[in-house]
Amino acid sequence: MSVLIYTENAEGRFKKSIFETVSYARAIADLTNTSLVAISIGDVSADQLSLLGKYGADKVLNVSNEKLKNFVNQAYASVIAAAADKENADIVVLSNSFSGRGLAPRIGVKLNAGVADGAVSLPEISESKFTVKKTAFSGKAFAIVQLTSAKKVIALTPNSYQLVEKAAAGKVEDFNPVNKESDFRTMMKEIVRSADKISLPDAEIIVSAGRGLKGPENWGMIEELADLLGAATACSKPVSDAGWRPHSEHVGQTGIAVSPNLYIAIGISGAIQHLAGVSASKVIVVINKDPEAPFFKVADYGIVGDAFEVVPKLIAAVKEYKTSA
Amino acid sequence: MKILVCISNVPDTTAKITFTDNNTQFNTSGVQFILNPYDEIALSRAIELTEVGKGSVTVINVGEVNTEATIRKALAIGADDAVRINAKPHDAWFVAYQIAQYIKQNPFDIILTGRESIDYNGSKVAGMLGELLDIPSVSVIKKIDIDGDKGAVELEIEGGKEVLDIPFPFVVGAAEGVAEPKIPNMRGIMSARTKPLKVIEAVEVETFSEIISYVTPAPRGQVKLVPADEPGKLIGLLHTEARVI
Ligand SMILES: Cc1cc2nc3c(=O)[nH]c(=O)nc-3n(C[C@H](O)[C@H](O)[C@H](O)COP(=O)(O)OP(=O)(O)OC[C@H]3O[C@@H](n4cnc5c(N)ncnc54)[C@H](O)[C@@H]3O)c2cc1C
Ligand SMILES: Nc1ncnc2c1ncn2[C@@H]1O[C@H](COP(=O)(O)O)[C@@H](O)[C@H]1O
Repeated sequence: MSVLIYTENAEGRFKKSIFETVSYARAIADLTNTSLVAISIGDVSADQLSLLGKYGADKVLNVSNEKLKNFVNQAYASVIAAAADKENADIVVLSNSFSGRGLAPRIGVKLNAGVADGAVSLPEISESKFTVKKTAFSGKAFAIVQLTSAKKVIALTPNSYQLVEKAAAGKVEDFNPVNKESDFRTMMKEIVRSADKISLPDAEIIVSAGRGLKGPENWGMIEELADLLGAATACSKPVSDAGWRPHSEHVGQTGIAVSPNLYIAIGISGAIQHLAGVSASKVIVVINKDPEAPFFKVADYGIVGDAFEVVPKLIAAVKEYKTSA
Repeated sequence: MKILVCISNVPDTTAKITFTDNNTQFNTSGVQFILNPYDEIALSRAIELTEVGKGSVTVINVGEVNTEATIRKALAIGADDAVRINAKPHDAWFVAYQIAQYIKQNPFDIILTGRESIDYNGSKVAGMLGELLDIPSVSVIKKIDIDGDKGAVELEIEGGKEVLDIPFPFVVGAAEGVAEPKIPNMRGIMSARTKPLKVIEAVEVETFSEIISYVTPAPRGQVKLVPADEPGKLIGLLHTEARVI
């Protein structure tokens, strides 16, 4: 028996969220007294692969072949399921990222495994029960899901498990399963990566702004604050509906659900649908000129004031903090 | 071009989420149910695509008779006909399995789902359908256009976006941006009453997951207010107290 973790890379590198997932998978392997096998697919250097051992991978399967250079969920799911068979893995762990969402259900079907998506903590395991806590109702609640199948797939919500260094052998092995032709029916036409952009689901800090900012021309200060903090930018729904910001920045119940360490909401009222997608944030800061704004009820810190005065001062304060730190 | 849109019946976005029976049951009392917002987007795009290219839009739901109001809403928006698979939607696997059985008997060129249901947020049905039918799937797309017998879809990836060509038949999950939700007009509402809604029985299948209870998030403490002219204080608190910067 073993636990298998799929470690996705972004242009050949593993992000912090992947090491968190490895730490999580290591903890599950310890809970079940088995070994942890990582699988990496694509062009990843030996240096990067060696990092997986640092977080507890006993073994690393390295799948590197021309056909699998680009992500195709059907093909990757086949490879990961083949690795699970080869390693006799009864638990497969992945990150609930964009690609994880494409993979987890396919792997679940291939392995006849129950799938716990959006897990937020370690499973509880006893002789008779295997349960996982996951987000439900768009962040308004959690569900405790019992997986009753022999094999299980768990997709971990980014930013919900701490990095733990735990050195293990991390021995790298090549793995070359054969895909069926039908795994490659989709064709990549175009790929655009903005290297400097931090993706929302795994951002540790998010600076978000709403209709209180009045118009798209006022986002300069939001971006400046985000840059200074190494944060991603987000917005409320009416802002993206009005075309002030792209849809990909819209957070909330019908947008992206986020769970950063720090969420700074500027000029956002805190409607229930907005809160649903952001309430899993560890710390929430609200800046709003209306002291009665509902967002203050769920905030940890707040400033009652006009964003156009507060944000520039905040930017100055962050600059000062950064030069003194 | 035959399009199938999978629709789910979910609590209204403003609904207060509470539980009964020792936190084991979702408390539906006073909760209004709606067409899942992403499914509404998927359906709206399906109608646009058949307006340009010709074809038909069928909606399918796995649910008990109480979901029919939502199904009629989908017909009012513009779907041509509807299928209800009469069963409690136990989990994503159960739902996907039932729909896959139906599709095997009644093939479609395009299968659309929402990117996720706003109650269980699994984002699983699309991928499971893809695997069960051995066809390509993309769980979350931001755009879809049709070109002959293939789709061009845009999806989000870590730190960017990608455009894929995807041949019929395929299944994709619609997110914001795919279409503006269509609002039913009077004619739609009138005709929805007489459009075909077929009810079929579910097939038996083993399931692998069970929700055993719910937990509501712990309430946050009282907000700490910092004076508007001293944002430096906020930075200090975030550094020393909250330890997030
Ligand atoms: C089905 C459905 C789904 C939805 N899904 C989402 C979702 O996913 N995400 C989402 O965000 N919304 C969603 N909404 C919309 C939601 O109900 C709210 O309308 C929306 O969140 C409000 O956005 P806002 O806070 O930016 O704007 P407003 O509600 O207009 O609030 C603006 C805030 O800015 C403050 N303000 C104004 N000027 C200043 C200033 N100079 N300085 C500081 N503060 C200022 C005001 O006091 C106010 O609190 C959904 C709605 C529906 C019906
Ligand atoms: N009971 C259901 N009947 C039909 N389609 C469903 C049902 N539940 C979910 N779906 C579809 O699957 C999508 C994703 O749901 P989920 O995997 O639960 O997040 C939804 O947006 C719907 O399109």
